[in-house]
Amino acid sequence: MAITVRIPTVLRPATGGQAVIEGEGTTIGAVLGRIATDHPGVKPQLFHDDGALHKFLNVYINDDDVRYLGGLEAPVADGDEITLLPAVAGGAV
Amino acid sequence: MTRYASVLDLIGNTPMIDASALSPNPSVKIWVKLEGRNPAGSVKDRVAYSLVAAAEADGRLIPGQPGQTLIEPSSGNTGIALAMVCRLKGYHLKVVLPSNVSPERRQLLEVWGAEIIDSPGSEGSNGAVRKAQQLAAENPAWVFLYQYANPANPLAHYTTTGPEIIADVPEITHFVAGLGTSGTLMGVGRFLKERVPDVKIWAIEPPSGEMVDGLRSLDDGYIPPVFTDNDGAHLLDRRVVVRPKESLEWVRRMSEIGLFVGISSGAILAGAVKCAMTIPEGESAHIVTIACDDGWKYLSTGAWTDDLDDVVERAKRIIYF
Repeated sequence: MAITVRIPTVLRPATGGQAVIEGEGTTIGAVLGRIATDHPGVKPQLFHDDGALHKFLNVYINDDDVRYLGGLEAPVADGDEITLLPAVAGGAV
Repeated sequence: MTRYASVLDLIGNTPMIDASALSPNPSVKIWVKLEGRNPAGSVKDRVAYSLVAAAEADGRLIPGQPGQTLIEPSSGNTGIALAMVCRLKGYHLKVVLPSNVSPERRQLLEVWGAEIIDSPGSEGSNGAVRKAQQLAAENPAWVFLYQYANPANPLAHYTTTGPEIIADVPEITHFVAGLGTSGTLMGVGRFLKERVPDVKIWAIEPPSGEMVDGLRSLDDGYIPPVFTDNDGAHLLDRRVVVRPKESLEWVRRMSEIGLFVGISSGAILAGAVKCAMTIPEGESAHIVTIACDDGWKYLSTGAWTDDLDDVVERAKRIIYF
């Protein structure tokens, strides 16, 4: 089992068009850090200069927002599915 | 009391139904507050009434004066509720609406005489917000209530929805609701945390960021000012995405107990069920959820009758939340 990272359309130009990337790491910070190293163009879309998650990026581990699971320290395990989604105006509005 | 002078007096005081038959955990009760019972059919009646009342109180709208126009971005329910309130009060309403909402939503806006301005469906609610902001700036005489940033939006829930919940379910341990403008979660959430400090607030959202293919870069993202102004990041305890398939499965499950509710209510119940599964067996809990509207506006999606996979594909292309 691997860690799957789903890349939204808006970030794909920076990942060479890849929609799914295999993740590596035991925390979400490590997984995203690895993606930023492998695809330097995506780094400013994942992190602000101070290393915090980009404010308009929502990151989910198995559909749970990591900001409420310990942020970048949130643990990731084999078999987890990570989804990156841009923050947009929602719903029943 | 069953006699009312105005339809506006019918807003709020909605019923709370025990939906525990759908709970996966026998020690966890699930309660659903039926907001479809509001006169224009959704939880947004509370918000529309509150937005207009606040604008009348601060003089931006003058009751009885002809020729006043409002503009508002909406994917449906706020527009419909505002259309009803504006019809009764004599204001003209323009609603900026993404082109991919269900046809029933468009028709309901027309029932109460609102004028529809289309925004590109591919830009989702973001596109509607942007277009309304632009039109409001070009037409300063129009009143722009801007539900995403107006404190009267969460205030409606702080003063009505929250107190009604505590009155009906004083044992509440969790509140689970949808995250759109964040008005419900911020208003009810703040009220509940003041009264029941240990209550946990869960936000449910659709994976809409995936659908908005008109987004050019992440910097086009949007977080409603209502969320940041109320320190949503600290108020919420958990934020969970529910996929269209799960939403539809749960909207169908709800019909087993007689509840005919909108698709977003299926998503919220799916979230409540996830919440119930996190509670250790034997530990009692009372989860309160909101069913934002009834199912009528979604019949054209085939949500209850067609093959589930077909409906899921269709649901990805319409705005239902």
